[in-house]
Amino acid sequence: MKYALLLMGRTDDAGCGDHGGADPEEFFAFDKEITEAGVVVTSFALEDPEHGVRVSSDDDGARVVTSGPFAEVQEFVGGTYIIEVADIDEALSWARRSPGSAPGGHVEVRPVAPY
Amino acid sequence: MSIARDAPGGAAEDAAHRVITGLGRDARARILSALARRFGDLDLAEDMMQEALLQALQVWPQAGIPDSPEAWLMTTARHRGIDALRRRSVLRQKLPRLRVEQERALVPQALDDPAAVVGDEHDLIHDDRLGLFFACAHPLLSPEDRIALTLRFLGGLSTTEVAHALLRPVPTMQQRIVRAKRRIRTLGIAFGVPRRDDLPERLAGVQRVIYLLYAEGFTRSEGTTHTREDLTAEAVRLARVLRELMPGSAETAGLLGLLLLTQARRPARTDDDGRPVPLAEQDRTRWDRQLIDEGITLTESAVAAPGAGPYAIQAAIAAVHAEAAGWDTTDWAQIAVLYQLLQTHDDGPVVRLAGAVAHGRAHGMDAGLRRLDALAAEPALDRFRPFHIARALTLQELGEPHDAAAAYRRALELPGNEAEGEYLAAALAGLEDQRD
Repeated sequence: MKYALLLMGRTDDAGCGDHGGADPEEFFAFDKEITEAGVVVTSFALEDPEHGVRVSSDDDGARVVTSGPFAEVQEFVGGTYIIEVADIDEALSWARRSPGSAPGGHVEVRPVAPY
Repeated sequence: MSIARDAPGGAAEDAAHRVITGLGRDARARILSALARRFGDLDLAEDMMQEALLQALQVWPQAGIPDSPEAWLMTTARHRGIDALRRRSVLRQKLPRLRVEQERALVPQALDDPAAVVGDEHDLIHDDRLGLFFACAHPLLSPEDRIALTLRFLGGLSTTEVAHALLRPVPTMQQRIVRAKRRIRTLGIAFGVPRRDDLPERLAGVQRVIYLLYAEGFTRSEGTTHTREDLTAEAVRLARVLRELMPGSAETAGLLGLLLLTQARRPARTDDDGRPVPLAEQDRTRWDRQLIDEGITLTESAVAAPGAGPYAIQAAIAAVHAEAAGWDTTDWAQIAVLYQLLQTHDDGPVVRLAGAVAHGRAHGMDAGLRRLDALAAEPALDRFRPFHIARALTLQELGEPHDAAAAYRRALELPGNEAEGEYLAAALAGLEDQRD
């Protein structure tokens, strides 16, 4: 089954490692490990949330484009792995090993819908 | 295959019917386990089992009843499942996981004589069933879902029976089971035995489900009667299955020992009117000696084995009670020590309550009351009927009828089954008569 590992950060620690937690070296090491295990379908990291642009609708339903920083954003996706593994337990074991779940962040594991 | 071709049509149909209805819950659960692991989908597994049963009703009267009806049904259901998946668009996705094409190629003539190709299937049955245990007790499911699924798919109960067992309306239980099945499928919870690293944690979850099932049957949390024999019997049966599947686990042996030793007291636990009889007043000659002997043997092996934990210790406590000729000759000092040991594993309020009671029996009721009163600030215990019953009994023995009556009154304010309520009301009335 395919699972998305959403590596979540918090706005108060946007630059990983700045305020404790995992540092970039740990992410690189994890990336090497999970890639060599052959379970990664695709993966990407995202720039910090203040570079985000939001497209939404106003009260009349017209599309509105807004740029960050979004002060109200508490948590953001910092990067994603799509992995193909046998079951949820295997996906969880990767999520546990990820520096993304070290103190300061968390990893959300979501099954990828089959359509 | 033994084929009764010469049997007349009606008799052959009756025979097929008899075999199918006689299959039993265990056989059905075994077939379902194998199918669930094969397809990773409980719905499909159930549907395919139904189809195989229907096909058997059509085929067996003509072709004869196979030597191993269970194996025939398993193989037929498996092939039906593969065909069903083939028809569905999800096949492409599932094929790599199932390796069904490979299997299909290995047994091209399987439907002609399925019993002949399932030799290796029997070796897998044990693991399949254990795998279903672990899937149904997965930590990603809620505790109530785990119990419902275990009853439904390992106990072989119908959804209606599960609803009755758990005292829930049938539609609620239907929805719950449907949701839990969907969660298993969507999340991709495996129907296999967990990896070695995950095993201890997950096994504890499986044991817990059986324990909770027994506990609900032992003292009902609501309703009119004190016990539910069907639930306790089912829990003992499942504990036996688990013990067969995991003979090396000390805690599994301890759990079965605990349940058997508790179950042995069943005939003495309630009076003729169904009201509970406290351990102190039970007629021990009515305890089931055979269950006690089996329970003690299991407990002895469990406590001596590495990995002995809370279940083995609780079994040891039950064994001390079982070996005592009466309440007064019980080795309370040993029980108090065992409770102390149990507290190192589980420092929950209920364990501390039981420890305080044992301490009182071993070291004097004054000491017991001090321990109980020290626990009174615990909100979980203040709302827990047995806590106030324990205080009432202790105060009564200390010759404090006024305080004992207050404790009984408090116990009666709290939720519990009606039979126990009647017992408490009678005890309270007795105290009040004394004072008059």
